[in-house]
Amino acid sequence: MNKPVANLSAAPTRRQALVVGATLAGSSLLVGCSLPDVLSYGSRVEPGAFGPFLKFDPDGTVTVLSKHIEFGQGNHAGLAAIAAEELDADWTKVKVEQAPANAKLYGNAMMGGTQGTGGSSAISDSWMKMRKAGAAARAMFVQAAAAKWSVPAAEITVENGLVRHAGSGRSLGFGELVADAAKVTPPEAPTLKNPSAFTLVGTDRVRRKDSAAKSNGTARFTQDVRLPDMLTAMVAHPPRFGAKVASFDAAAARKVPGVVDVFQIPSGVAVVASSTWAAKTGRDALKVTWDESKAETRSSATLAQQFRDYAAGKAAAPAKTEWKAFDAKGDAAQAAGGTAAVDVTYDFPYLAHATMEPMNCVAMVGKGPPRLVYGAQGQTLDQINVARAATALPGSVEIETLFAGGSFGRRSNFQSDFVVECVQIAKKVGKGRPVKLVWTREDDMRAGYYRPLVHHAVRVTVDKDGFPATWRHRIVTQSIMKGAPPGAPTAEIDFTAVEGSMGSPYLKATPVVDGQLLTPDAGVPVLWWRSVGATHTAYVMEHTIDQLARKAGKDPVAYRRALYQKAGAKRHLAVLDLAAEKAGWTAPPPAGWTRGVAVHESFGSVVAQVAEVRLENGAPKVGRVVTAIDCGIAISPNQIAAQMEGGTCYGLSAALFGAVTLTDGVVDQVNFDSYRVLRNSEAPTVETYIVPSAAPPSGVGEPGTPVIGPAVANALLAISGQPVLSQPFVKA
Amino acid sequence: MPTTVDVNGRAMNVNSPPDTPLLWVLRDELGLTGTKYGCGVAQCGACTVLADGQPIRACQVPVSAVGAAKITTIEGLGGTHPLQAAWVRLDVPQCGYCQSGQIMSAAALLAANPRPDDAAISAAMDGNICRCGAYQRIRAAIKDAAAAPTPAAPGA
Repeated sequence: MNKPVANLSAAPTRRQALVVGATLAGSSLLVGCSLPDVLSYGSRVEPGAFGPFLKFDPDGTVTVLSKHIEFGQGNHAGLAAIAAEELDADWTKVKVEQAPANAKLYGNAMMGGTQGTGGSSAISDSWMKMRKAGAAARAMFVQAAAAKWSVPAAEITVENGLVRHAGSGRSLGFGELVADAAKVTPPEAPTLKNPSAFTLVGTDRVRRKDSAAKSNGTARFTQDVRLPDMLTAMVAHPPRFGAKVASFDAAAARKVPGVVDVFQIPSGVAVVASSTWAAKTGRDALKVTWDESKAETRSSATLAQQFRDYAAGKAAAPAKTEWKAFDAKGDAAQAAGGTAAVDVTYDFPYLAHATMEPMNCVAMVGKGPPRLVYGAQGQTLDQINVARAATALPGSVEIETLFAGGSFGRRSNFQSDFVVECVQIAKKVGKGRPVKLVWTREDDMRAGYYRPLVHHAVRVTVDKDGFPATWRHRIVTQSIMKGAPPGAPTAEIDFTAVEGSMGSPYLKATPVVDGQLLTPDAGVPVLWWRSVGATHTAYVMEHTIDQLARKAGKDPVAYRRALYQKAGAKRHLAVLDLAAEKAGWTAPPPAGWTRGVAVHESFGSVVAQVAEVRLENGAPKVGRVVTAIDCGIAISPNQIAAQMEGGTCYGLSAALFGAVTLTDGVVDQVNFDSYRVLRNSEAPTVETYIVPSAAPPSGVGEPGTPVIGPAVANALLAISGQPVLSQPFVKA
Repeated sequence: MPTTVDVNGRAMNVNSPPDTPLLWVLRDELGLTGTKYGCGVAQCGACTVLADGQPIRACQVPVSAVGAAKITTIEGLGGTHPLQAAWVRLDVPQCGYCQSGQIMSAAALLAANPRPDDAAISAAMDGNICRCGAYQRIRAAIKDAAAAPTPAAPGA
C-alpha cells in the first residue's frame, strides 16, 4: 500500500539489508523457518480478542498498542488516530501503549518484516494495519450490539465511542459492550472508510498523548528505570576506534564505596556499582592500557584529503573498492569535456547524533529468558544480537520499549552496540539481576556511529538556455551498509550514500549523466543520521542548482520550475509553488534579509523551504522559514508542523555548527562545549503548509531536516555571490 | 554522613557521599527522576532545578553545598503550573527528555519577569538545549503562560 519512492524500486534499501542480517542470524538457529517464525519463537506475546493493536477496558478506555518507539516524532498520536478514526472512538478516551517485541505481530514491512522504527516509516507502514484493526473492532462491536438488541447490524451506527440503534433509541459504550464484542469473530476484510469521510485524521484534534507526562517529569525513560537490587554500570572505552584492552589496574576503582565489581568486556572495562555516581567515580579511578595495534589512527583531515584525491583522480581507488555508477546516461567522456558552468567540490564532516538522553539500557540475564527495558529502536535486530551475546533464542528475548530521549538513527545499528554491551555486563553479573548501563555525554560523543565524512565533486555543463547538458558527479564516503553482518549479500551500490543525488529530478532533466560512488574503509563507525544520504545529497544538488541558475541569470524558483517540468516532477513543483507563494517570493524580502530556496524529496515526501537569512557578526542568522510539504494524507497537521520545526533545527544545527573531527584517531569533541548545537535564540521561526493529497501517508520525521542547509547556503550565495562548499558554515 | 536537604518543601535525609552532585542524589537516592542527566558539565540545562527560586544546574552542585537552600524540582511544580498547562496546550515536547529543565528555567524566568520579551526569553533559555528543536514552541509556550491570568510562583 505504500507509495513507491521514485526511481528506487531496484535499489536495495537499508531496510532490506536489515532483513538480510536478520535472516542470516536467525537461520543459523532455526534453519527452514520463516523470518517472523524464527523471531517469534519462544515469545510469550499473544494478541487479545481484538488483535495485536487494540485493547478495550470496561471503563471505555481504548488502548492502541504502538509497534513503534516514540522518541519525539509523534507517531504514537498518529497511529492511535488512524485506528480511532476507523473505530469511531472517543479520541479523549484513547491512550497509547508500547507493544512488546514480536516481529510476527509487529513487523514493519518497510524494514523487511523486522520490528523497528526508521526511514520515517512508522505511519506509512501502519496506515493500513491500524485502519484494518480499527475497522475490524468496530464491526465486532456492531455485531455484538446487533445480537444483544436483536436488530439488523446495518441499522447500528457508531459515533464517538457510542454504539447506537436509532430505531429503538438504545446505545452502549465500547466499555459496556466489550465482553460481548470480544466473542465475535473478527472480519477478515473489514470495510474501511473513504478518507474523504474522515472526521479525526487530518484535523488539529490529533494531538500528542504524552505532552502532560513529558511536562511533569513522569514520562519514563531508560535513565529513569529503578528496579529492586539494580546495579549501575559504566564502561571505560578505548580512546581510538578498534583498540582493545591490553591490561588494567582496578585496585583504586574497587576501593570506591559502592563499586561492586570491575571486569573486562569486549568493548572495554566495566565498572558495576550501587549508584550512578559510584560507577562514574569508580570508572574515573581505573587505569587501562590499550592495545592500539589495530586501531584507526588517521586524522579526519587526512581522511578528507584522501577522499578529495580519490574524487579528483589523484589517487587510485583503494584495494577491494571500486567506483560504482549510481546514474549513467549518455557518453561519460562528454561529461568530462566541454566548458563547465559549475565545477565545484563539497566537504561534509562526521556528525554525532547527540541525543539529549545518552545511550543506555537495562538488562536482566541469567534467570529465565533475557529481559531488557530501554528505548528500543530496532527490536528485532537487537533481539538477534542480544540472543547471540546471552546465548538464547532470538524470539525468547523480551524487550519492554520505553520512551527514548531522541535517537535520530543512533539507537539502531547492525551491532546493537550499547545494548549488547549492557547484556555482556548483565550476563557476567548473572542471576537475572538488573543492570543499567549508563553512558556519560562524553562516552556518547566519542563512541562513533557518526554520519559519515562525505566528499562530492560536481561538474556541470549547460545548454544554450543555461540548463544542465552534462552532469558529472563523484561521491566518496564510508559505506553505512558495510556494517551489515558478515556474509550478508552486498547490494550493488550503497543506496544510503547516494539517495537524493540518485533519483534527483535534476539528473532526470539532464541528457548526459556520469554519477559514481566510491566507498573507502575507515575505522570510524558510521551510521544513518536523520535523513541519512539526504544530509549531504540535498545540499549538493540544491546548492549546485542555485549556482547554475545564477550563472544562467535566472531566478532560482523559475529555474527549478523549468527543470521539474522537464523531469515530470509534479510533487516538487507543487511544494515549490506553495512555499514560494506563502513566502511572498516575488515580493522583496523584509529589509536586511535575503531569501534562499531549496527543495528535496526523501522518505516518500517532498519538502520545499524558503529561508530568510542575514549576517550577524559575520555568521548566518536564520529568521522566517516557510515550509511546504507533500507527505500524502496528513494524519496530524500539528505534529507534521512539529517535525518540520524540529527537523529544520536539527538540519540547521549541523549546517551551522556540526562537526566531529579526529586528531590521530582520537575524537576531538568531548561534550556540548566542543560539539556546538543550535540553541533557542538561534532557532528560526518555521511556518508549515501541507499540500492536500489523497495518496497514502509518507515520511515526516526526516524530510524536514535536509532542506534548510541548502536553503541557507543559497541565501548566502545571493548575499556574497560565493558558494558555500563545506559544512559547517561557522568554523570552530 | 547523613545530611538533610529541603526538596519540594520536605526535609529529605540523604546518605550519599557529600561530593555526590545534587542531580544524582535527586535521581538515585530520592527517586525524583524528572530531573534529567544530559551532559554533567552545565552545558545543556537538562538537570535544571531551583534553589531558593534561582535556576541551578544540579549536575554541578555537590549535595554538601546545598545547605539550607530550598530545592524545587519538576515534581515540585505539581503538574498545574501555568507553564506546564501551556506546554500541553501547545504540544511543546517531542522526545521530552529536556523538558523538565526547560520548564524549570522558564519558571524561574516568569517568577522574576512575568512578561518577558524575546531578549529576556533568549537570555533565560539559551542554556537549555533541545535536540528535537522544539525551541519555537518553547518560546511560544512561555509567552502563552505569561499571558495566562495568574502565573504561580515556582514551588508554590
